[in-house]
Amino acid sequence: MRKSWILVLALAAAAPAVASDIGQVKVAKGAVQVEREGKRVAATVGMPVRTADVLVTGADGSAGITFSDNSLVSVGPNSVFAIDKYRFDSTTHAGEFEGSLRKGKLAAVSGKMVKQTPESMRIRTPSSVMAVRGTELVVEVKEPAAAPATR
Amino acid sequence: MRLAAAALVLAAAGCAEPVARAPVGPELFAVIPGPDGHVGAIVVRSGGTEGTLDRAYAARRIAADGTAGPATLSPEEVRREFGGTLEALPGRPASFTLYFLEGKDELTPASRVELEKVFAELKRRPAPDIVVIGHTDTVGNLAFNDKLSLARAQRLREMMIELGIPSERIQAAGRGKRELLVATDDNTPEPRNRRVEISVR
Repeated sequence: MRKSWILVLALAAAAPAVASDIGQVKVAKGAVQVEREGKRVAATVGMPVRTADVLVTGADGSAGITFSDNSLVSVGPNSVFAIDKYRFDSTTHAGEFEGSLRKGKLAAVSGKMVKQTPESMRIRTPSSVMAVRGTELVVEVKEPAAAPATR
Repeated sequence: MRLAAAALVLAAAGCAEPVARAPVGPELFAVIPGPDGHVGAIVVRSGGTEGTLDRAYAARRIAADGTAGPATLSPEEVRREFGGTLEALPGRPASFTLYFLEGKDELTPASRVELEKVFAELKRRPAPDIVVIGHTDTVGNLAFNDKLSLARAQRLREMMIELGIPSERIQAAGRGKRELLVATDDNTPEPRNRRVEISVR
């Protein structure tokens, strides 16, 4: 049994976890990139995510992240989602999660911090701020019709 | 200055319709029921307006001119518009509860069986990671139990590493007496509360 374990988990081929990791990419389909410190790298399943990471998907891309408080966030194609702020205390469940959906589609399932403190998870869009009191939701931000295509 | 810039953008876009500010794209927010039918709530604040969505498929639309208003989606619309996005949600974390033999470093026979289920669950997931969460009963103060529960979780974490789980895929946390399985008064011994939870995700 032990051997098969090592095999299965080796397949995940994840970078070593560090203290600043706040979650992991669990799903990556099609073109998915993570922008970190000005560089863009292809997102892979098992890759740790950090505060200030920006998830960018292409026309055929979608991706899902599990955060340390068990919040789940996914984005659909042509989406840009930034993790602006994230902290979670695994003892008290106190925390704060702020993300921005600049464009595209997002689905989320809130986790332990929202259960402890409603509205501790917030998603910004160009026009609004959404505070999460519980569980499952979807958001779409379409690109402005008349504006030049920027993010 | 702002006017001039706006005029420039309009001219460049060849757009006839004058707008007072940068156009926004339409936005849509909706609450959807979870797999168990539970419906939560979100609050959408835009400019000076606020909308609380707390029914299944309750939605809020922000129009291109910035006006916000309530809406309702059908399950079909959610599937059509968000099907692929929802499909990309990671699998929900699975939770397992284990007990140690009283005063020993050894799991109870039932918990050893439960541990097998943990390994089976790990195999089902693409890049699994584990959190081992210790819990205590209410005997002793908060700080004491926080420490005790973390020590218990760390012990199980070590056991799982010995069984072949890479150490970087497994974390330990202590919840102390903050999350009782069986509600009791303070300072009450309760073996069912002295447990370790394994969350696989």
